[in-house]
Amino acid sequence: MAEPTHHHLAQVNVAVLRTPLDAPELAGFVELLAPINALADRSPGFVWRLQTEDGDATAVRAFDDDRMLVNLSVWESLEALRDFVFASRHLDAMRRRREWFHRLAIPYLALWWVPAGTVPTVAEARSRLELVQRQGPGPDAFTFREPSPPPDPPHDANELGNSTRLA
Amino acid sequence: MFYNAIMDPARREQDLAAIAMLREPVRRELYDHVAAQEGEVSRDQAAAVVGVRRGLAAFHLDKLVEAGLLEASFGRQGRRGGPGAGRPAKLYRRAAGEVSATLPPRTYQTAALLLAEAVEQAGADPELYAAARRSGEAAGRRAAAGGSRPTVERLLAARGYQPYRDGGLLRLRNCPFAVLAGQFPVLVCGMNLAMIEGLLAGLGDAAGAAAMDPAPGRCCVAIHDRRREP
Repeated sequence: MAEPTHHHLAQVNVAVLRTPLDAPELAGFVELLAPINALADRSPGFVWRLQTEDGDATAVRAFDDDRMLVNLSVWESLEALRDFVFASRHLDAMRRRREWFHRLAIPYLALWWVPAGTVPTVAEARSRLELVQRQGPGPDAFTFREPSPPPDPPHDANELGNSTRLA
Repeated sequence: MFYNAIMDPARREQDLAAIAMLREPVRRELYDHVAAQEGEVSRDQAAAVVGVRRGLAAFHLDKLVEAGLLEASFGRQGRRGGPGAGRPAKLYRRAAGEVSATLPPRTYQTAALLLAEAVEQAGADPELYAAARRSGEAAGRRAAAGGSRPTVERLLAARGYQPYRDGGLLRLRNCPFAVLAGQFPVLVCGMNLAMIEGLLAGLGDAAGAAAMDPAPGRCCVAIHDRRREP
């Protein structure tokens, strides 16, 4: 934790709504949006999340399917993200996912490393998710169950392209 | 990703040896005490609880570390350092890993992980939760029908949860499904909650209310005393 962090963890996941957000069936989900987002914002290791002026990302449509919601966020480490997703009140919301969302037959989550201080675009998130869907977990896009370690700082200068290098 | 004793004979020997070590009654008592604590336990504390001399406790505690059942570290247990603090004490806690042996060899964990993966892919969370609730409820009813009316705490202890009081809450120190929950947290924690809800329902109305209240390093479920609720 005291070590300089060269990379942060980016996370994208999608979910397909069973009914429109304003339907009564989705009331439980909509009710939890603000408190769970606020919980994320103050969780240890939280860096950034995609949001519109509403304070959430429910208005963002990153995919052709209009029922598809997207979550895009950046965390200091895999452990920090894992603790928020699976060891906070967020878990109780996830437990109810089938009440609100359709089952997806393809992977709905992708994780990847970004240079600390940068945030991913929705287009990049989409291509990382498609990478997991096409090839399965690997160093460029992975999952909680099969994570990849962050790249070594001296080794990956070229791979990271035009991003700003830390000292 | 997970260990399979049948495929690793050396590991199987180690596990059997570790379990055999617990036949020694003092050692067993020391293990049970340390394993049930949230924090670390010193030699002095363990010796006092079990009622043996410090030297004997130290001997057995170190044997348990050797067997991989406990882990040791050096520290001051939250006391302040400085003059009079003395040198750091050797402290013990339950080892993170699992020890298991079945005779004849069985690998339920392999089956459980495969089944969980299939349930996840099928999106059958609600069916799993319903089955867990039914199973818990039946167990709760059986327990309630038995002669001595058992408390929730005793029932959960018998199922390996290591319950402890935390103000008006009953929390659970041990996750009986730890490996599975690590791989499929949503599914397995949801199943666990449904099973405990069923258990409470089967026991009767006054038994309490279960809710998810996860934090790193403990079971995801906490039980509220119903009488305290408005």
